[in-house]
Amino acid sequence: MTAILGAGTRAVAELEPADTRARIVVVGNGMAGARLVEEVLERDGGRDFRIIVFGDEPHGNYNRIMLSPVLAGEADEADIVLNSHDWYAERGVELRAGVRVERIDTVAKVVHAADGTATPYDHVVLATGSHSFIPPMTGVRTASGDLLPGVVGFRTIDETREMLAAARTHRKAVVMGGGLLGLEAARALQAQGMAVELVHAMGWLMNAQLDAEAGAVVRRSVEELGITVHTDAMATEVLGTHRVTGVVLKDGRTLDCDLLVVAAGVRPHTDVAVRSGIEVERAVLVDDRMATDVPDVYAIGECAQHRGTVYGLVAPAWEHATVLADLLTGANPGAAYTGSRTATKLKVAGVDVAVMGVSTPERDTDEFLVISEPKRGVHLSVVVRDDRLVGATLVGDTRKVAFLTQAFDRGTPLPAERIKLLVDLSDGEAEVGVAELPGDSQVCNCNGVTKDRICGAVAEGCTSLPKVMDATRAGKGCGSCKGLVQRIVEWAADGALTEEESASWYVPGVPMPKPELIAAIKEHDLRSVSAVFATLARGGQEDAKSKMGLASLLKMIWGADYVTEPDATFVNDRVHANIQRDGTFSVVPQMKGGVTTPDQLRRIADVAEKYDVPMVKVTGGQRIDLLGIRKEDLPKVWADLGMPSGYAYGKSMRTVKTCVGSDFCRFGLDDSTQLGIDLETRFQGVESPAKIKMAVVGCPRNCAEAYVKDVGVVATGKGRWEVYVGGAAGASVRKGDLLATVSTPAEVLELTGRFLQLYRENGNWLERTYDFVPRFGVDRLKAVLLEDSEGLCAALDEGIQRSVDAYTDPWARDLAEPASPGQFRTSLPLTVLPRVPVR
Amino acid sequence: MTTLTAHVVGRADEVPVGEGRAFTAGGTPVAVFRLRDGSLRAVAAVCPHAGGPIADGQSDATVVVCPLHLNAWRWDGTPTTDAAPLPVYPVREEAGTLVVEV
Ligand SMILES: Cc1cc2nc3c(=O)[nH]c(=O)nc-3n(C[C@H](O)[C@H](O)[C@H](O)COP(=O)(O)OP(=O)(O)OC[C@H]3O[C@@H](n4cnc5c(N)ncnc54)[C@H](O)[C@@H]3O)c2cc1C
Ligand code: HEM
Ligand code: SF4
Ligand code: FES
Repeated sequence: MTAILGAGTRAVAELEPADTRARIVVVGNGMAGARLVEEVLERDGGRDFRIIVFGDEPHGNYNRIMLSPVLAGEADEADIVLNSHDWYAERGVELRAGVRVERIDTVAKVVHAADGTATPYDHVVLATGSHSFIPPMTGVRTASGDLLPGVVGFRTIDETREMLAAARTHRKAVVMGGGLLGLEAARALQAQGMAVELVHAMGWLMNAQLDAEAGAVVRRSVEELGITVHTDAMATEVLGTHRVTGVVLKDGRTLDCDLLVVAAGVRPHTDVAVRSGIEVERAVLVDDRMATDVPDVYAIGECAQHRGTVYGLVAPAWEHATVLADLLTGANPGAAYTGSRTATKLKVAGVDVAVMGVSTPERDTDEFLVISEPKRGVHLSVVVRDDRLVGATLVGDTRKVAFLTQAFDRGTPLPAERIKLLVDLSDGEAEVGVAELPGDSQVCNCNGVTKDRICGAVAEGCTSLPKVMDATRAGKGCGSCKGLVQRIVEWAADGALTEEESASWYVPGVPMPKPELIAAIKEHDLRSVSAVFATLARGGQEDAKSKMGLASLLKMIWGADYVTEPDATFVNDRVHANIQRDGTFSVVPQMKGGVTTPDQLRRIADVAEKYDVPMVKVTGGQRIDLLGIRKEDLPKVWADLGMPSGYAYGKSMRTVKTCVGSDFCRFGLDDSTQLGIDLETRFQGVESPAKIKMAVVGCPRNCAEAYVKDVGVVATGKGRWEVYVGGAAGASVRKGDLLATVSTPAEVLELTGRFLQLYRENGNWLERTYDFVPRFGVDRLKAVLLEDSEGLCAALDEGIQRSVDAYTDPWARDLAEPASPGQFRTSLPLTVLPRVPVR
Repeated sequence: MTTLTAHVVGRADEVPVGEGRAFTAGGTPVAVFRLRDGSLRAVAAVCPHAGGPIADGQSDATVVVCPLHLNAWRWDGTPTTDAAPLPVYPVREEAGTLVVEV
């Protein structure tokens, strides 16, 4: 699928033939080319110039450095569009997207493109960037010269899409190259669920920027993500005939893979320049005016070589664009580019890295200070020459970067105690105070935005972070400075900040935060999801992705008076079972407190045989899961089981695990099993913003893991019970906070109910208690629930009681009468779905 | 341009308001939905992403959401995510039956 990013709805701007404006032709619609167009327009260049942009890529212009977050699934393609086709059309700029320039006739002053057109120019700007370098390896190309399918570089959105597609259908990736791009690709593909191995030809990771020790620290952090790293490993051969199946290393080892990402460096696109007789060394040679050796031909960005340097970062490319725009429009005829001191602040594979200048001492008199804490993933070093900072490398902790950049750029005096360059010895005030930051210090390196400009934007009325970012471009490059920008905006606005509204909404389709939404639902007496949309959504529009969250909220508010609508309900809740990857369902009968009987086990065994259940498994929640049941068999399975639903599918109270406790355990201090059964009986099926898991243990040995549950209860002897809340042992692990120690099981039940109801009324959709409890604050939680500081307890008790009373076993209910005709009809198509193996 | 053939796939009352049901139309698996306004939509029953059962998905006036990984498509078949497009088919009610053109 090849959707066009930033595709347009308008026709390309029609230009009159009699247009007498001078023509600027830009070759390359990447970061530098597009920025040049913006800068020219900003200087009113649209009056004097007709601008024509050629872009080899068919897309509008997008933020290339954000491709890594797109690949990792952290950003959406739509978020990284800088200028869409419409943007160009609206400004009268002619965008020839998808058209490659072949050659420039510098005598006739005409640009020849692959579509056969010849476009005259007055000024032509090369902004062709670079391409991924594919090192020579046996078998990497097919007979026709194309890359072997499954081999891909990392430079464009199309390559990113290809990798994303591969991540969905393939399992194992090898990434070649342990530099910035390779590490980003490896992390992103790993986040997409692929097994990733990284091969790097050099001795340590990021060898171009870091010394060996810092590289080792990065390696550790990367390995902790689960990525296997091979250094000193040269790939010499690519295996596979129709698609890549592996790579062979120089030492003879073979690594299997079905995706090979080549991130072994980039090479400037110089082919157009070479064909046009323009002087090229490593890249296109330019002077301080960005001019090549041919009159009226310029080069900017990664395809330009200035004073011997070819840059690979966006900040210099954007400086080139600004200088050239000044010159072409005459806004500043004296403008000159004299080179960039690149101070880079990046997040590589989840690790903060900042580098400037040299990484190791070069002269005997150089001072070199290193702080290395590999365990913490921190490695910091500075090189000082003649009392000036000439280099700094920060890995894992970039808090001092603002000060160091300042010292590096301007040669500001250094503290006599050099260690203060790297750590704040004074006290906890480690973060650079926003207030103390000098006004002209650079906050956003990509776009060269200072603190003063951010404050200026706030003063001019930009009252939210996105607005400030739009006005100043701060934070719109790699995004690593966003946190600092946010803090400056907050400081400058001094409390007058507006959040982007939608961030506080409970669900995207209804523009209200949760407390307001609850009030409105009660006020208008809205008992069904469709009624909520009709009354409260903008334009009465329903929104499929908001339905689940609303259904849960309404059930909480109305209990038995909630009006169910099948279309408001997610399939799991419609058929009371958990949909599996092959479209079948899993059935988990209730087994309170994890206690079962021979009779139940016999029935489960009979059902498993009768319906050919492919897998019977003991769950992590102390019950038994029958997996692979066909939808149409669900009602029969329930009837034969004769047991209630265990709610292993819903956003609701799921299970209460217990240990055997005082009945049998020689350490047991109290009857944990009975209390677990009582808790499950009381709160079974109660809906909540996210799933709730509980456990009760008979002593602090904690066999049923109560410390890491949403609600965990621990017997401490003499009839006393500790109640913990907000624990987790899933993707996050968090020990619960001790809410209270009480003296009777009845108090445990009451306190648990109160806590659940508070969470149900205030937790955001899908916010687990381990996020909710810290957000609400443990101290406030104690005050509200134990001392009734806000006068809520009676209402909370009443609210939870209403839901407890509304409980009916969904299996028994729908057996008696299906909720809608065809509720259990198969939706499985006739084609084959991914097969789940039968053991 | 291929021509479409009309198939009677079932009874109109087999698709309750707000839900989807799977049928086969001349060998092609289709999911038919009835929206809140009573109108019908027909799309492929097999999710182009990883084969999920589309008829089990949730829908609204503008999109249908696959239950497995929550990719969504507008009723013209264009994805709101970066998934591949979902095939759509003409569908109508005729004398109490459902007619899908494939
Ligand atoms: C995944 C990734 C992450 C990155 N992260 C960072 C980062 O965090 N910080 C940072 O500073 N930099 C980063 N970079 C580098 C940064 O993207 C580049 O420095 C920047 O894009 C250079 O801009 P450019 O305009 O010179 O080249 P490009 O953005 O590559 O643009 C060149 C354009 O010209 C087109 N073109 C080439 N030849 C022709 C032709 N003959 N006719 C027509 N069009 C042509 C190409 O198709 C391309 O669209 C990253 C790069 C990548 C790929
Ligand atoms: C789509 C993905 C998942 C599905 C369908 C799923 C399903 C389930 C089900 C049905 C149960 C409950 C069993 C029961 O109630 O008896 C369960 C329990 C559990 N799951 Fe998952 N799960 C998923 C993802 C995860 C992930 C990502 C983690 C961890 C990172 C996880 C950790 C657990 C744990 C620890 C338990 C035991 C709970 C307990 O001890 O109370 N699950 N899972
Ligand atoms: S189902 Fe659970 S264990 Fe299996 S892959 Fe998904 S998250 Fe991992
Ligand atoms: S199978 Fe439909 S979204 Fe994944």
